[in-house]
Amino acid sequence: MKPKPGALLLNGILIAGALLTVAPLLWMLSASFMPTGQANSSPPPLLPSRVTFEHYRELFTHLSLSRAFANSLLVSVVGTLATLVTSSMAGYAFAKLKFPGREGLFRLLLTAMLVPAQVGMLPLFLMLKRLGLVNTYGGVLVPWLASVFGIFLVRQVAQAIPDDLLNSARLDGAGELRIYRSIVLPNLGPVLATLAVFVFMSSWNDFLWPLVILSDDRRYTLPVALASLVGEHVQDTELMMAGAVVTVLPVLALFVVLQRWYIRGVMAGSVKG
Amino acid sequence: MSATDVRASGVVARGAKRATLAGRQARAGLLLALPSVALILVFFWGPVLYGLWLSLTDFDVYAIADPSAVRFIGLGNYLHAFSEPDFWNALRITLVYALVGAPVSVAVSLATALLVDAKTTRWKPFFRAVYFAPVVTTLVAVAIVWRYLYQPQYGLVNALLGKFGIPRIDWLGDPHWALPAILVLAVWKNFGYNLLIFVAGLQNVPRELHEAAELDGASGWQRFWNVTLPDLAPVFLFVSVTTMINYFQLFAEPYVMTQGGPLKSTNSLVLLMYEQGFRWWRLGYAAALAFILFAVILGATAVQMRLQQREGRA
Repeated sequence: MKPKPGALLLNGILIAGALLTVAPLLWMLSASFMPTGQANSSPPPLLPSRVTFEHYRELFTHLSLSRAFANSLLVSVVGTLATLVTSSMAGYAFAKLKFPGREGLFRLLLTAMLVPAQVGMLPLFLMLKRLGLVNTYGGVLVPWLASVFGIFLVRQVAQAIPDDLLNSARLDGAGELRIYRSIVLPNLGPVLATLAVFVFMSSWNDFLWPLVILSDDRRYTLPVALASLVGEHVQDTELMMAGAVVTVLPVLALFVVLQRWYIRGVMAGSVKG
Repeated sequence: MSATDVRASGVVARGAKRATLAGRQARAGLLLALPSVALILVFFWGPVLYGLWLSLTDFDVYAIADPSAVRFIGLGNYLHAFSEPDFWNALRITLVYALVGAPVSVAVSLATALLVDAKTTRWKPFFRAVYFAPVVTTLVAVAIVWRYLYQPQYGLVNALLGKFGIPRIDWLGDPHWALPAILVLAVWKNFGYNLLIFVAGLQNVPRELHEAAELDGASGWQRFWNVTLPDLAPVFLFVSVTTMINYFQLFAEPYVMTQGGPLKSTNSLVLLMYEQGFRWWRLGYAAALAFILFAVILGATAVQMRLQQREGRA
């Protein structure tokens, strides 16, 4: 059967759109392998005249981007773990355990989602300055230790755990913390995977807060290091593209591998509770 | 029933047991909720309240060395903002970002979602993933990439437009073009997110409705207008409100690409707040700017929800 012209046109438009969408990323990758100066010629070349890795070498030797890479990894991994622990605990508590003040506290947490993050940013900086946490890893981590979104997400899934399951464990004499560990946590596996991908990517990509709290370039995360690099090396197109690749590639690869979990998180965020 | 229950005879004993169970549950609940609640109270609500106080003081660079020098000045910072041309400029630009950029972004997402969801589209998961890819990238990195794409002489954007006979434009250097250029980057970066939400919403529109409308001779456009859109209304409201809020908070795009220039033509409120706060250390004034932004966002959200709800009812 021959495809209809309408279907051909439709798929054609989608392919053209997809090409336009990935073009900036493909060009970034291509330019990062061009010899110095090639990207700044007219007409702009699409492919490297010869493939070179010198820019990547320079980034990781002279410009110590490996340090920024390690910083980013440290902050994202620790932040993700912290959020998983705090959100799984609180999400379960708000869903299943009756304690005084539960509804009020939950409302207070939800209201926090309405306030833009920038509102608390300057005063938080001053607070952390007093605590001696400015320009430390701890300071960068503060916003990633707990998450209202995470609590909300876990709570929705935890509500579906049958009460009978928890009650029969209680009758068998299991303590509440043991129930959380051995019954609740295994049930939360998928939602915690989603949350992990979400938090890891958000903390890896975060810019404004690390920019504010870090002053020493030895502690810069990748986005901050990249933004300060572009100030000095604005003419070195190929070098900057290599830096962009190093920053973007880990999250992009993670997305390709863990797509399913990430997409689930996007959907969950759009479901009104 | 377990052995302990059998042994516990009598209403009193049973009631007492239930009470201790409830007590244990309450204690565990508090204990498990405590870390999150404490962290969010101390590091979120604490700073927000502190910020409200800061915005009523003249906290500046001298106060960092000597906090006792801070004076309460009431609404002074807010009045100061209202008398500053820079503030009005940033507010106007932020409104353009939110009221032009966000609707364009939502429209692009919806149009692409309709194409991706169409019956004759092949490789749906592939298109979804490709269009979503920019969302997961690091904003700072792709903003730098786009800076080079916009470069007037060697940039690919001008090279591509040149093929259609369009003369060179100095995208980021021309006050007329810098803001649209930044919006194009922002839309490119974000449209995949809402696309995903729209595709999920479209899959919930019952197929029978479409088929019935088709049998009645409704055109594609009529079906979109009378069947798809009303069914999509709650998703649409969610998407347009969250997108608008995000565009109100635009920061990294102008920070990396133009530093708010040229001639402050791309300077958003958050960028102004950052500059006032962390370049000039006028933290009292910057805190006031943050609260003004908050008020603007709340107001705009309320208006939008009211408008769309009224439309939904009509």
